[in-house]
Amino acid sequence: MNQDELHRKLIAAARRNAPSERVPHSFEKRILALIRACPMVDHWALWSQALWRAAASCVSIMLLLSAWWWFSPAGGAPAGTALASASAASNLSQDLENTMLAAAESEQSLDLSR
Amino acid sequence: MERTETDLIAAVLGGDTSSFEPLVAKYSPRLFATARRYARRESEVEDIVQEIWVKAFQKLRSFRREAPFEHWLMRLAVHTCYDFLRAHQRSREAAFSDLFQAEEDWLDRFVSRPSSAAEDAEAARQLVGRLLEQLSPPARLVITLLEIEERSVKEIAGLTGWSVPLVKVRAFRARAEMRRVLAKMTKEKYL
Repeated sequence: MNQDELHRKLIAAARRNAPSERVPHSFEKRILALIRACPMVDHWALWSQALWRAAASCVSIMLLLSAWWWFSPAGGAPAGTALASASAASNLSQDLENTMLAAAESEQSLDLSR
Repeated sequence: MERTETDLIAAVLGGDTSSFEPLVAKYSPRLFATARRYARRESEVEDIVQEIWVKAFQKLRSFRREAPFEHWLMRLAVHTCYDFLRAHQRSREAAFSDLFQAEEDWLDRFVSRPSSAAEDAEAARQLVGRLLEQLSPPARLVITLLEIEERSVKEIAGLTGWSVPLVKVRAFRARAEMRRVLAKMTKEKYL
């Protein structure tokens, strides 16, 4: 059997017999009822709304943290002087150093006791 | 005065849902013909077209108006039909022993004298449908668009969202798959 010829004939048959364009009765009405039941979803609007909300939350957190830092005694405000800020920074660096070196110091003291 | 498509789309986007009805009425025949190429049962065809329209309504804001509405809608239709094919991959190993009598007669006529097997016969159309059902979803989509609807590779790339080289590769594989299915059918029937 000539398969290429069979293939050609079958494709030609499919081309000749185009499917029907018949639309069921009152199909438009059905579609309209359906889309009225499921409203249009605007993904861009949803995203922008969510991003605006996130931005507002971030700004309020930032303001709260600034206020807390500004009004806390270590933060230097209300005086807000450079001296107070420097002392707070040096305290912080001292604390950090103590924490980081705590393990090494304890080992050293153990060695000395032996 | 009759409103243009652009007016209708703007009205729908503005919240006037009833302006969608003329669009549905205008393009539904074409969508039904497209869906009937991929689904056999009328209930499935209706489901596909319904899904296309719901998607079209929900994604209408993404219609950029650079291309005609019809092109945008047809892209949506092809994607929906492809999703349908992938979701309804029936057992593609169906045997050809259960051909209808008319289909068998048509094949017999073709074997005895190829010119006597008419291309416009209903049996030939049924047989093509049966063959296409045996193909994988990408092969069926490519064969339908390229060979049956006689669209260009570039057009298919635009409709499917695949690149031009990918369409060519899939067309090559689809033809090979079609040859395999044809060989299987003739082997089952005549050997």
